[in-house]
This record gives sequence, structure tokens and C-alpha cells, in this order.
Amino acid sequence: MSWTPKEPIVSVRDVHKRFGAVEVLKGVSFDVMKGEVICIIGPSGSGKSTLLRCINALVPIEQGSILVEGQEVHDPALDKLALRRKVGMVFQQYNLFPHKTALQNVMMAPLHVLKQDKAEVEARARRLIKKVRLEGKEDAYPGELSGGQQQRVAIARSLAMSPDVMLFDEVTAALDPETVKEVLVTIRELAAEGMTCLLVTHEMGFARELADHIYFTDRGVIVEHGPPAEFFANAKDPRTRQFLSQIL
Amino acid sequence: MDLQPVWDWFRWLYEATGIKLTIFYDDFDRSRFFNGFLTSVRLMGVCLVASVAIGIVGAWLQGARSHLVRLVVQAYIQFFRNTPPLVQLYFFYFALGSYLRITNENGLSVPLVGNFAWAAICLSFYAGAFNVEIFRAGIEAVPRQTIEAAESLGYSRLKAYLYVILPLAFRISLPALNNNLVNLIKTTTISYAIAVPEMLYVANQIWSDEVNVPEMMNVLLVVYVSLVGLLVWAMSRWERAMRVPGWGVS
Repeated sequence: MSWTPKEPIVSVRDVHKRFGAVEVLKGVSFDVMKGEVICIIGPSGSGKSTLLRCINALVPIEQGSILVEGQEVHDPALDKLALRRKVGMVFQQYNLFPHKTALQNVMMAPLHVLKQDKAEVEARARRLIKKVRLEGKEDAYPGELSGGQQQRVAIARSLAMSPDVMLFDEVTAALDPETVKEVLVTIRELAAEGMTCLLVTHEMGFARELADHIYFTDRGVIVEHGPPAEFFANAKDPRTRQFLSQIL
Repeated sequence: MDLQPVWDWFRWLYEATGIKLTIFYDDFDRSRFFNGFLTSVRLMGVCLVASVAIGIVGAWLQGARSHLVRLVVQAYIQFFRNTPPLVQLYFFYFALGSYLRITNENGLSVPLVGNFAWAAICLSFYAGAFNVEIFRAGIEAVPRQTIEAAESLGYSRLKAYLYVILPLAFRISLPALNNNLVNLIKTTTISYAIAVPEMLYVANQIWSDEVNVPEMMNVLLVVYVSLVGLLVWAMSRWERAMRVPGWGVS
């Protein structure tokens, strides 16, 4: 199946996911076009993070379909490596490899997984470190970096695989208020360069500024969605309004 | 380097005080004790490397998808952990060894596996069983999210194990591994029971011939303390060299 940029780069259709007795996703559908920035907001436990992890095939789904560039993620015969080359993921807790320096963290996957040439990978990794404004920190270990710095290394590490889509799972939730900004600046630059981004976030100001489209999820379903201006100004569903009144 | 003055001093010591360290001044005793020492060190070296390799592979297989593979690993661990090493050695040498015989060119039935090899196999699997559990504990201490990060970067299960999980688990496991390897070094002495000519065995021969039991006992203690000390020193150096700034107990 060949995919063209006219079609959605990520297409989620009626996805159901349960953990034991708890149904976390109860039929979620949405599309993301290439270059779009999508923000998923909602109370904790509403299935936002699970949704991102399904897109990356980190967790299997029970029902429905997820297409990334036309390829079914839920297909048992799926080449997960090929999928994960296309989809980068950044986590709330950074999850860097603590035994490797910042530069090595960025270089590891292209060397081990893609088996690319070391000199070329290193040059690219140094450019990415510079891009996330961490020049001079190449040889620092994750344990020697602040949360914001670690998160930017994690972003560079994902970018090193040259993904087409980036998933950000509450990437600023574990950071100090001052360092949140450093990370948001990096994501803003990525979005400006045309990277397709799916963000689960609690940064409403950021979502309003950056998102092309906002999805509000609660208890496993998308309650309401729309462009940020419309979404924040006149939310219709009472659940959305209650959520927004609590955090804005 | 001519060591003759040293040997002469020990002969003088014997003549002056009666302390009979024939392993220094008697050429035959010196040579057999030295060979025993070398046999011990070889046995220790083989078992150290093999038991760590068994531990690494076993811990990997413990996470295998196949239920059967996990069951086999578990059975292996239980067998080797719950039986005395001396009984294991006897079992391998006398029970299994009596089946594994071939007829040589002179028409004589000879064992296929010699006693040194049996000791090396048995002790490696004995210490290896503990190493599997030690590495498993280390692997379980690696945060799930770190492994997930590797998966999200396209690492296969094997590659994630080799490049992410094992390097971290190894560092976590080193203190416990250290203990088990010290134990292994000391346990090599049980190969005495199947006549492997290692240090304890030759010491016994020497004290039987020379009637110098107290001296040889002291020699054995000093040599084993030194060998274990050397291992502990090397392991702690290794532990320091592998320490990662800002991670774990640094």
C-alpha cells in the first residue's frame, strides 16, 4: 500500500484498549495530516498516554486500526523497526540511557539499529545537540544534566532516527517551571520546521499557541475537538468546560 | 633471576627452627606445588569466565517467550542451587563419567571427559546458577521505562538486552557477583575429591610425604587469602571503572 502526503500521516480509527477490567480507550478516532501539530489534553487517567503508546506499538490494541503512513500498526506481521524509524517518541521521565553520555545517547540507535556509518552519525548527533542548545554538554552523563537538559537530549535522540512523526508524552510534566520553557522552545522550532507532532500536554498556553487542532479526552473517548481559538473560547461540552475552568 | 639464595634461606630456616617448608627448598616438592597452584589458577579462570557467561545467557533465556525454555532454565537453577557442590561433582564424575567412556587405540576403556574438565564443568554450572539469579535481580532493577525508550528507538529484544539492559544490570549486579565469584574461587578446592591435581590435592601429597601438616596448612591459607584478595581488588577496580557519574551509588 503506498501512502501519499495527501492522506493522513496518522489515522486512528475506533481504537479500543483495555488493561484487565479497565477499558482505557473506548473507541477513539482522529486523523493527523503531515506537518500538523496536534495537542491531546484531558484529565489524568483519560487514556492520553496510552493512545500515544498505541501509535508507537509499545502497547497492543484490542480493536480498531491505527495507520501510520498507510501502514497498519496493529498488524501482527508489522515490521516494528520500520514503524519506529518513522515515529519518534519522547517520554515524561526522559528515559535516557544513564550509562552513556549525551552524545552517545543520540548516536546509539542510528549505530545499533540502523547500522549507519559512525563518522556520519557522530556529525549528525553533534548537529542535533547544537540544535537543542546543548553545545558543550556532549560528554556529560544524563545524571549530570538538569531535567530540562535531559529532555532536550531525549528529543535529539529521537530526531537522530529522522522520524516523520514525533510523539511527546507530557514531556514537560516532570520539569521545573523555569526549564519547561527550554523544552517548549525546542518543540516550537521543530513544529516550525514542519515536523508532524502529537503532544499530550498540560501546557494550555503552549497548546493554544502551537496546535493546529486540540483534542480533549475524558474516560477513554474524545469528548470534543477543534482549532485552539474555537476550542478555548467556546467549548460546548460541560466536561470540557469544567476541565478548562479548573486549569485555566 | 636466581632464586637459589631464597631456597637456601628456607633450608636454613628448617635446620634452625624445624619449620619444614619443603615446597621452597626441595626441587620436587617445589615443582609439584607450583603445578598444583597453576592447576588451581587455571580452574578458577575457566570457571570464572564460564560461570559469568552462563549467568548472562541464562538471565537472557529467563525472559524468553517460550514457556519451555523458561522452565528448563528454572529447573537448571533449582538443581544446581539446591544440591551440595560436592555431590554434584561426584554425580558428574562417577555417574555421568561412567557412561561417557571410549575405547582408546590400545583397546582400553578410558573416560571421555577428564577430571579437570568435569570439575570445570560442574563448578561453572554451580556458580552459573547463582549468577543467573544475580543478573536477573540486576535486570529487574533496570527501569521499565528505560527499556521502553530503547524499544521506541527500534531496538529488538536482543539488541536492547545487549546495549541497554545488560550494561545497566551488570553494574547493579557487580557487588553480588563479586560475592559469588569469591565463593567460586574457594569452592574449586572440592575438585580434590575427584583427584584433580590442584593446590589442596598436591598439598595433601606433600604433607603425607614430608609430615609437615601445620606448615602446609598455613601455606594453603596464605595462598588462598592472596588469590581471593586479588580477585576482590580486581573486581572493586572494575566496579569503580564502570561507575557512571550521576547514576546509582556514586
